[in-house]
Amino acid sequence: MPEMLSLSNDPILFVSVMLAKILAVFIVVILIVAYATYAERKIIGRMQTRLGPTMTGPLGLLQPIADGLKLFFKEDIIPAQSSKLAFVLAPMMILVPAFITVAVIPFGGDIVVGGYTVSLQITDLNVGILYILAMAGLGVYGIVLAGWASNNKYSLLGGVRSAAQMVSYELAAGLSIIAVFMLSETLSLRGIIDAQAGSVLDWYVFSQPLAFGLFVITSLAEINRTPFDLPEAETELVSGFCTEYSSMKYALFFMAEYANMIVVSALTSTLFLGGPAGPFAGPINLLLKIFAFMFVFIWIRATFPRVRYDQLMFMGWKVFLPLALLNIVITGAVVVFL
Amino acid sequence: MAKKETMTINMGPQHPSTHGVLQLVLELDGETVVSAVPHIGFLHRGVEKLAENRSYHRALPLTDRLDYLAPMSNNLGYVLAVEKLLGITDQIPERAKVVRVMMSELTRIKSHLVWLATHALDIGAMTVFLYCFREREDIMDMYEKLSGARMTSYYFRVGGLSLDLPDGFEDDVLKFIDGMPAHIDTYEGLLTGNKIWQKRTIGVAEISAEDAIDIGLTGPALRSSGVDWDLRRDNPYSGYEDYDFEVITREGCDTFDRYKARLDEMRESCKIIRQALDKLQPGPILADVPSVCLPAKQDVSNSIEGLIHQFKIISEGFKPEPGEVYQGIEAPKGELGYYIVSDGSANPFRMKIRPPSFVNLQALPQMIEGKLLADVIAAIGTLDIVLGEIDR
Repeated sequence: MPEMLSLSNDPILFVSVMLAKILAVFIVVILIVAYATYAERKIIGRMQTRLGPTMTGPLGLLQPIADGLKLFFKEDIIPAQSSKLAFVLAPMMILVPAFITVAVIPFGGDIVVGGYTVSLQITDLNVGILYILAMAGLGVYGIVLAGWASNNKYSLLGGVRSAAQMVSYELAAGLSIIAVFMLSETLSLRGIIDAQAGSVLDWYVFSQPLAFGLFVITSLAEINRTPFDLPEAETELVSGFCTEYSSMKYALFFMAEYANMIVVSALTSTLFLGGPAGPFAGPINLLLKIFAFMFVFIWIRATFPRVRYDQLMFMGWKVFLPLALLNIVITGAVVVFL
Repeated sequence: MAKKETMTINMGPQHPSTHGVLQLVLELDGETVVSAVPHIGFLHRGVEKLAENRSYHRALPLTDRLDYLAPMSNNLGYVLAVEKLLGITDQIPERAKVVRVMMSELTRIKSHLVWLATHALDIGAMTVFLYCFREREDIMDMYEKLSGARMTSYYFRVGGLSLDLPDGFEDDVLKFIDGMPAHIDTYEGLLTGNKIWQKRTIGVAEISAEDAIDIGLTGPALRSSGVDWDLRRDNPYSGYEDYDFEVITREGCDTFDRYKARLDEMRESCKIIRQALDKLQPGPILADVPSVCLPAKQDVSNSIEGLIHQFKIISEGFKPEPGEVYQGIEAPKGELGYYIVSDGSANPFRMKIRPPSFVNLQALPQMIEGKLLADVIAAIGTLDIVLGEIDR
């Protein structure tokens, strides 16, 4: 057996492999974002007895590109009374955390290339989950700032709603994950996947069904998807926090929404469904799981009405939070006594 | 301690869910509505005044544009009022009466479909919107076959109908009402048992029976507050007394009950249409009153008398005896009334319209004060207002 070489001993190789991984992940995420918009329109269209896009390219497949070009060439309006710096920064503050969260998600095991072991993950932080929660927390600032900087009352209401919503749901989401790393005894995502290795029954979705359900629902709330799309509730708040945005700035919000969907799907797959484990090659398994979650999110959007602000708060604080705490207590008892 | 400040927000006239150009000046304390003042008039076209300068026949198309979601009901109210003024109500041929009932019930379904579509969309259920519009499209196609227009039908005439039913029209209607109850079940399947839908509608925008009567609420909104009042049964017109149907009354006073009531009304409308199809017999479609009704087309083409007759009615119109008349009908949204005063000339001296939406809108502030912003949208939707009718 040849001796394993470590990449860290060769700085140039290390950096180039790292860049290659970052580029690959970035391109894949961007592509999924673009085609998630297409998929959403097609799937919801079919569910609503429509066809969705058909005219741009074969089967309308060029629609995301057409949309992107359209938004790119639109006039970029910054309201005169807005707070300019914050107004410009806000869209980036939403998109960037969404993208950099992907950095810690493992998309496969180790592969050996030319004698070097390459881990299919951009970086394995030993506090991976904390990092993800921190990034999710940063995303809120983008929405709040966008709402506040627009100097528009609807935007402000949207911003305030999102702040309240995200704070409430982040708590329940974070607490539901605690049960997972009580079992895995590590905060590293790689470690969590290793803890789920083995058979399908080792996946945490089976040992932690409550945490799984809580995490999926609270994640929906965190990424502002139906039925928790209150910050942009178009029929109430016109378009909520992004009412005043146009052109590429609006496109950034739009991309961030889908990027967040990918992140949440990837995260749920990693935490509860064994990440890249499955019958195919690692990255493909993960992608399939991500697509399955995204399909469910789209399906939910076509089906459910929107909850009301007070009901949202009620659910967050009085249903999900106690359930998450209860789950921790039960998990703790099982871990200690069994 | 900081002073408590409220925020005033102008909801509308350009807003995705004020159902047209309604402006609501809301005073908000956080998300709670402190006060709400509806401002109307952005769609004012002066229909009542315009009618004073037109002959009776030519004022009819104006009524299409009141509640543009239910044009045939508007036509019906107007022609019934003018017929009452002329005293020819009992000379309307049976076939015309039956077709009028059939078409106004189809119109009720059409109007309720748009209501359900937009109401559900406002609350966030996107898919119901498209399902409802799919069925509405069928009714629009029937409208087009019948009158040539999809929205502004202008189909009824003083004295009867403008045209007879086209070939195969009865089959279209039958096919539609055969399929409709299953479609209504589909909407219910998406909404009625849905926990979020229930949470958003039960106990929202309540109004008691006393308040409803004080305000003058009519239609499904009144009947859902437990008041059993339907002009089709209590003051029948156009032969409604010969039809067997149930007046849907519910006790909940809230958005959910109004939703259920309207869905059940659609089912009842299907029953009425089925009875109308059974009653439909061949026969004349215009009353035999030469001073009011246009002659048949072949008379106009083949005889000079017929041509002169048509010319007289088109150019001069007819002149009812001086007097005044009120005719109310049960339009999809409530009691639609026409009050017409004649001074003996060919134009109405005054035409006052009592639009149901205008009166029903008065209930809005009472329904939403102290509630949340999201309930405002639900309340506007549940009242089923149309601005074309409010502003006239």
